[in-house]
Amino acid sequence: MTPEAIKEVILEIIQDIDEDADLASLKGGLPLRDQLDLDSMDFLDIVMELRKRYKLQVPEEDYPQLASLDSTVAYLTPRLHDV
Amino acid sequence: MKETQPSQRIVITGVGLAAPGADNLTAFRQNLLAGKSGIRLMEHRYIGTVPAGLCDFPETRYRKKKDNKRGTRAGCLGVYAAHEAVADAGLDLAHTDRGRIGVYVGLTEHGNVETENEVYNLSQFDNNVDFWSHHHNPRTVLNNPAGEITMSLDITGPHYSVGAACAAGNAALIQGLQMLRLNDVDLALCGGISESTGSFGVFASFKAQGALASHPHPQQASRPFDQGRNGIVISEGACLYTLERLDDALARDAKIYGEIIGYAMNSDARDFVLPYWPRQAECMQLALNRAGLTARDIDIVNTHATGTRHGDIEECRALRAVFADCPHTYINNTKSLIGHAMGAAGCLELAGNLPALVDKLVHPTINVDDLDPECNLPNLVRDHPKEAGRVDVILNNSFGMLGINSVVVVRNYQQ
Repeated sequence: MTPEAIKEVILEIIQDIDEDADLASLKGGLPLRDQLDLDSMDFLDIVMELRKRYKLQVPEEDYPQLASLDSTVAYLTPRLHDV
Repeated sequence: MKETQPSQRIVITGVGLAAPGADNLTAFRQNLLAGKSGIRLMEHRYIGTVPAGLCDFPETRYRKKKDNKRGTRAGCLGVYAAHEAVADAGLDLAHTDRGRIGVYVGLTEHGNVETENEVYNLSQFDNNVDFWSHHHNPRTVLNNPAGEITMSLDITGPHYSVGAACAAGNAALIQGLQMLRLNDVDLALCGGISESTGSFGVFASFKAQGALASHPHPQQASRPFDQGRNGIVISEGACLYTLERLDDALARDAKIYGEIIGYAMNSDARDFVLPYWPRQAECMQLALNRAGLTARDIDIVNTHATGTRHGDIEECRALRAVFADCPHTYINNTKSLIGHAMGAAGCLELAGNLPALVDKLVHPTINVDDLDPECNLPNLVRDHPKEAGRVDVILNNSFGMLGINSVVVVRNYQQ
């Protein structure tokens, strides 16, 4: 998957969690939780959805790397390269 | 023992509900008086097509869709009913000590729906538990619906569930009353909730027991007292009341639906599923004694009967024992119209009859086309509302599995 495709997937997952989320004004470099109505359980929803869709296990120690949209895309790009 | 001190007299000041076919008390009452059934067909995983009572209500009026998705169906129903009850009571929570509000929710069962859904989800992933949801525990803890209500209304007083099978709604109402009398809280938000229509296991278990209703026309499937009955129609629903001490209600000039003047609960102590009329009769008599009334003072008995032959007949035996020679006591059944809303049943059925204290009408029992002779009670109101002339006191029965009985007696407010 390309970084652009991964970004679209993440936004789709967030939209599925909260269809009222304002994704248009989302700043990629800032923490997602500072900009959206997301808490730790929602964050686990994102991790679970990645597991379901791509059989990707994100170890708990890597969770900080999923803080912002940009860092999430950067983290996932090599891991979803062959998807 | 009749309570006379205003601080010990507990009144109903607000009602919020979601019932099959209605999302407020006015519409609910209209349906009941019109004999309009709220039952329809639903498709269920593994079970197929079944008659059931489902609720249509504005699910996002008081809570975001995101939170409804996060929580449970019971929580969604409960949050709606709680907000509606508070609004109906005319309470401004912004100027209320939310630490002095208690939330007491009666549940027949909770967690079946969520567990079944997770097990099904797991089956799609080779039963790998890595795919089991982190939402499972907060959704299935027994205080879930009550807790979701406190989060939505910022209530910081106590909240918990009362598990009492299908007597649970009445049990929670009694719990709220007792906590007010103990001065543990100043406002009790209490009643019953059921999400059981989401559980195939609840349907399958009744079916295995030979107690699940089936009928080609869903609106005729729930038929307590009728020879053609063949079991229970399962419904979802919620009904929550605001209860207050009389002096508090009078001080804020609150609307008063009625006063809970008597209640009782007891146990059969004999069978997992079969009811037992002598204990039911004792329970009714105890509630009457506590209310300081005799059977002749009761204007409406709202029955528990669910549409199982044994259960209907057993309750009728109890009624004959307690209400012999009561020419002005009318009897009706709300489940014939909305099915069995399990934990919500007692409170929903009471709510459906509360307006009778004002309009003096007894809502009819429907689908009694061929009355079981063993259920031939005097003054059973069938098909059309009965103008009773006097309706001052309502007695509401709710019984449940493991032999649990509950009775609540409500009178119109009298100084």
